[in-house]
Amino acid sequence: MFLENRVALVTGASQGIGRAIALAVAKNGAAVAVNHYPGQSDQADLVVEQIAMAGGRAFPVAADVSKRPEVEEMVDSVVKRFGSLDILINNAGITRDQLLLRMKDQDWDAVLATNLNSVFYCTRAALKWMLKSRSGRVVSLASVVGVIGNAGQANYGASKAGIIGFTKCVAREVASRGINVNAVAPGYIRTEMTDRISPQAQDELQGTIPLGRIGTPEDVAGAVVFLVSPAADYITGQVLNVDGGMAM
Amino acid sequence: MADLNDQAIFEKVRSIIVEQLGVEENAVALETSFEAMNADSLDIVELIMALEETFGIEIPDEAAEKLLTVGTAVEYIKANS
Repeated sequence: MFLENRVALVTGASQGIGRAIALAVAKNGAAVAVNHYPGQSDQADLVVEQIAMAGGRAFPVAADVSKRPEVEEMVDSVVKRFGSLDILINNAGITRDQLLLRMKDQDWDAVLATNLNSVFYCTRAALKWMLKSRSGRVVSLASVVGVIGNAGQANYGASKAGIIGFTKCVAREVASRGINVNAVAPGYIRTEMTDRISPQAQDELQGTIPLGRIGTPEDVAGAVVFLVSPAADYITGQVLNVDGGMAM
Repeated sequence: MADLNDQAIFEKVRSIIVEQLGVEENAVALETSFEAMNADSLDIVELIMALEETFGIEIPDEAAEKLLTVGTAVEYIKANS
């Protein structure tokens, strides 16, 4: 229970990797704010219930994280509810895949806004509180795509590579205040988002992964929990690839 | 906040500085510079934010850059609140 008395906010936590992270962080003792996109509260409520049934504390909080006012209201409500904000997991993200030549402006904008602008807004808002207590952990979800690229995902890859640059800059800014800022770069993970890839494409994919399997949300959650635990006290500005060896 | 006199503003600013920079109260005078109190850039940002919050004002970057001593901060607050 090394996260006892800590308060965590996980964005996009109603499904997939975010959900696994919320559950894992709660399992280790933290109170968890489960953020979800407005209007999609059912799944978030299930996550909150699951945490509560295991004896943990959690509550759902709606916010479109690509919008600054909603982010600031969300962070304020977390602090109001649980008294502090010690751990921020920037997980919310979408894909709008298309080859660049055919990529529409709005598909570029939407992905950058939801995936990267959100990290800016959420981290800036959360840091205010972490600076006051001179401690905190920020972990953002990047992606193997942001590290080695993938055809058809220029927008997604750009947003995830952006998260990596952001992570390193902010890590340098706030290290002196005991705040560690890192990123996790998952490879192909079995979730609602990747289930939409065709079976044939999934098979081909598996052939390119050294460890020979597609990852699970729990694989990623394990790395995130490590980065927010005392064991990672001396780690900041890093990107931990959780991808079965795709990027080395 | 419009009726606060200079002394009241100074005392409030001083208490924020003491809390933020961890210096002794008697080390903070109007002429004291933030640099002399070993404030790094993050300290200054936090200080500015605390002043904005406490006095209900906004301090744009260009103005913040010029607040080099406790006295200039007090003057700014008096002029803008």
